[in-house]
Amino acid sequence: MGQTLTQKILARGAGKKTVAVSEIVDVTPDVVLSHDNTSAIAATFKKIGVDKVDRPERHVVVLDHCVPAASEKYAQNHKEVREFVAAQGIGNFYDVNHGVCHQVLPEHGHARPGQLIVGSDSHTTTYGALGAFAAGIGRSETAAIMATGQIWLRVPETMRVEVTGRFPQGVFAKDIILRLIGDLGSDGGLYQAVEFTGSAIREMDVGDRMTLCNMTAEMGAKNGYVEPDGNTAAWLKAHGVDTYEAVTTDPDAEIARTLRYDVSALEPQIAAPHTVDNVQPIGKHAGIKVHQALLGTCTNGRLSDLQQAASVVRGKKLHPRVRMLVFPASVKVYREAMRDGTLLTLSEAGAIIMNAGCGPCLGAHEGILAPGEVCISTANRNFRGRMGSRDASVYLASPATVAASAIAGEIADPRTA
Amino acid sequence: MTTRGKVWKYGDDVNTDVIFPGKYTYTVTDRKEMAAHALEDLDPAFAKQVQPGDIIVAGRNFGCGSSREQAASCLKEAGVGAVLASSFARIFFRNAINEGLPLVECPAAIAAIEAGQEIAIDFERGEVEANGVTYRFPGLPESVMGIVREGGLIPYTRKMIAARKPE
Repeated sequence: MGQTLTQKILARGAGKKTVAVSEIVDVTPDVVLSHDNTSAIAATFKKIGVDKVDRPERHVVVLDHCVPAASEKYAQNHKEVREFVAAQGIGNFYDVNHGVCHQVLPEHGHARPGQLIVGSDSHTTTYGALGAFAAGIGRSETAAIMATGQIWLRVPETMRVEVTGRFPQGVFAKDIILRLIGDLGSDGGLYQAVEFTGSAIREMDVGDRMTLCNMTAEMGAKNGYVEPDGNTAAWLKAHGVDTYEAVTTDPDAEIARTLRYDVSALEPQIAAPHTVDNVQPIGKHAGIKVHQALLGTCTNGRLSDLQQAASVVRGKKLHPRVRMLVFPASVKVYREAMRDGTLLTLSEAGAIIMNAGCGPCLGAHEGILAPGEVCISTANRNFRGRMGSRDASVYLASPATVAASAIAGEIADPRTA
Repeated sequence: MTTRGKVWKYGDDVNTDVIFPGKYTYTVTDRKEMAAHALEDLDPAFAKQVQPGDIIVAGRNFGCGSSREQAASCLKEAGVGAVLASSFARIFFRNAINEGLPLVECPAAIAAIEAGQEIAIDFERGEVEANGVTYRFPGLPESVMGIVREGGLIPYTRKMIAARKPE
């Protein structure tokens, strides 16, 4: 029997020819991500009693969760991270002026087809968009990798999601991934690999594929991926990456389940409070008053996301009740959006252009919600208390829906904005 | 290894944001203080009233969401003896093992167990005893049990590294 993309990458990482589904293997990852949590990981690493990090060139550290530091405690945390990477010779360090790790790694060639990537962040799944195996892990095990170079992983079953049809005007990758999570539930992909395939996926650029793979974490998946193709190669070339070994799924590989979606009649989708799988077409929530609109994050902070929002707000003004916060996913995106006028359009509409970073997504700073407030957000989580008060509400949607809602002052359909 | 304790009962999809809010992830680093915020946005009474050995019983997908390890550490530090659920989210599952917090996946036992009652878990035998009924669950894979037996990943890794070094 053939092997899936996931099996091939895990087999190589384990030094084996093939691996079987549900087998537990000790693998050597190619890339290990950590972010602001690197100081906690460093403290755990010290407890293990090893002086030097094993192969420091494999580690990539990005400060993004609370940047620039919002308080003395965060500042101390960042300082400890800087001291640790300097002492350990970790050269792949991206300080507070770079952006969100899940955008920064691919842009700097740290996420390539065929690679085995683990990261102490649940949305590490994002890199599957480039044909990598990429899974989130915990802090202690990241520290253990620093000491031993290895980690155990269970070889997952694979669920295939075949997406066909043409996206209607005003409907995007975010809408199909929300629909999928709504249909499957937040544990619908538990422990599994999710392979996206089909004509609609082939036509998607890498940025939209990142949105899909990013959110597989919200259905419990271990990893999500798109097999690398011409669009992947073009994206990598544009980012100066030309060495990689692409792998794909064999035709006779074991696929546990196949789901089929035609997006031709898909409507904009909303994930309502307080779970990501509480998904309905936009009509059900139209008219809900909004206080904050968040555009950005690792889910939807790329240039095309900002452009889609800008095209909705162009020449209009935000509703006076709404404060709209724009967080480009990286400084590279920030500059591109600055050059092409996207940021100017958003600013003239009344949006606040923030620095590249995670912003208020995880409730740390830069736009925290008060009790009773409602935020419509392009992020990936709407859990109770996630963005501040436990009595606030977060609705998740596409950049176009967020922009249309910011103009209307209430949840609004981007197809008629 | 066995544990006996009072039950705190919750539903499906208990996520790591309600177990340990994101706003504390870089500001609260002391383990005792972490325990004081355990389950804060789900059940504010929990951290004040939890007793050592108490058992959390929940539905599907316990620990979904963020990879933050404090979600496991805060429960361990609060004295939770075990979490018994229909299923666990994968990163939480790994973090709990790495923190030495025992997890039991036993969907058949969940519906009959009520908040406040006392239940017992025998990890070696793979048995949950509640209301005089015994429910069986499969043990953890042997390769993972090695980590649990050493009390978590860090002591396990220390031992492994010590064994590698020539005498």
